[in-house]
Amino acid sequence: MIPRPHGGRLINKILTGKKREILLSEASELPSISISFERVIDVMDIAHGVFSPLEGFLFQEDYINVLYDMRLTNDLPWTIPIVLDVDPEEISGLKEGDDIILRYNEEPIAIMKIEEIYGWDKKEYARQVYKTTDPNHPGVSKTYNRKELLIGGTIDLLNEIKHPLENRILWPIETRVLFKEKKWRTIVAFQTRNVPHRGHEYVQKAALTFADGLLIHPLVGWKKPGDYRDEVIFAAYEALIKHYYPKNVVVLAGLLMNMNYAGPREAIHHAIVRKNFGATHFIVGRDHAGVGDYYGPYEAWEIFDEFPDLGITPLFIREAFYCRKCGGMANEKICPHGDEYRIKISGTKLRKMIMEGKIPPEYMMRPEVAETILKFKDPFVH
Amino acid sequence: MGLTDKEKRVKYTTVSIPLTLYNRIKKLIEGTGFTSVSQYVTYVLREVVASHEESKYEEPFTEEDKQKIIEKLKKLGYI
Repeated sequence: MIPRPHGGRLINKILTGKKREILLSEASELPSISISFERVIDVMDIAHGVFSPLEGFLFQEDYINVLYDMRLTNDLPWTIPIVLDVDPEEISGLKEGDDIILRYNEEPIAIMKIEEIYGWDKKEYARQVYKTTDPNHPGVSKTYNRKELLIGGTIDLLNEIKHPLENRILWPIETRVLFKEKKWRTIVAFQTRNVPHRGHEYVQKAALTFADGLLIHPLVGWKKPGDYRDEVIFAAYEALIKHYYPKNVVVLAGLLMNMNYAGPREAIHHAIVRKNFGATHFIVGRDHAGVGDYYGPYEAWEIFDEFPDLGITPLFIREAFYCRKCGGMANEKICPHGDEYRIKISGTKLRKMIMEGKIPPEYMMRPEVAETILKFKDPFVH
Repeated sequence: MGLTDKEKRVKYTTVSIPLTLYNRIKKLIEGTGFTSVSQYVTYVLREVVASHEESKYEEPFTEEDKQKIIEKLKKLGYI
């Protein structure tokens, strides 16, 4: 059964028709602030219900609750604060209760009611959300670079941002209709930011064995240099699905959402978001959403013990390797053989081979996938 | 001086349960990860409340919305 959205209602804050026309015509007269592309993504996610039940950027009470108790003030689990940061001079003259326009590249994106203006302690934010204040952590460093004040309030979307891969991005209402049309009752979601290797395929198929459908859900958006480009990830998955998955069991759709590298907290966040898309199960990887060695390898699994009321079932599937003795992909739970037989599939090694224009061995990556990636002149972000 | 973020955090309230039940839970949670009866009760209640809430939901789209979305999904090759 497709689960209800988090909080019971799929949020829709997209203005349409006459109301949108009127507000757009008034937009030039309202005060406005410029927001970054990352905040535009947050606005889109709020408006389309990806972040249901949020209807805007967090108020202070919710912010504090999320920071310390990983719950909103209505007791719903929520682990990553979704906040809008501003400089004091940007909002000078503005007060609580005012409407403002959020602009990106001069274009009005959304109208927001300022319901609260408050300060925040970025170091404390980092300590709670990232469990470290080390500025070398990418999420912490981003936090430290954010502005000094936060504004809380509801938003309404005026204009969608065009994305080069917009035809590959589906929103929660669309996947919910799609799953119903496909008559899927159990849907496993798989989060990724990578091209698929045999380990990913193994994990997905292990989950798919007992579910009706698989949602492969790559994050689309900002990537760090050295990552695979979004279009490469899609093409690689298309090749894998075409050659190695039965028909009508997989949906490949992009998810426009920011990545925080917040490890365990982000694993919960990713699960909640997938519930909003209609998934019943969510694959949580070892060191899910982690970076470096800031989190223990299984911390992202253990945190789920604190949330009996998530409304989506986490699937903890162990990392896969190729076992020469078993003659196939396996994991430590099902393979009795020693390390001398096991070949770990290293993303770094694969990347190096691809960079050198080499086809990786078949036990690491399907040849059709590797050939597809190598057809791109430059598969990486710079 | 104002309150720190930590001091502004969530408040608690008291709910009464029979002493017999309290003692039963206290015994039950010995040697588990639960450190208090309150923690256990909160955990169990959240689980139960969420499952009761789950049954109260209807999809947020009308038939007209649904047809529009299906058209889009067909165009994109999903259906």
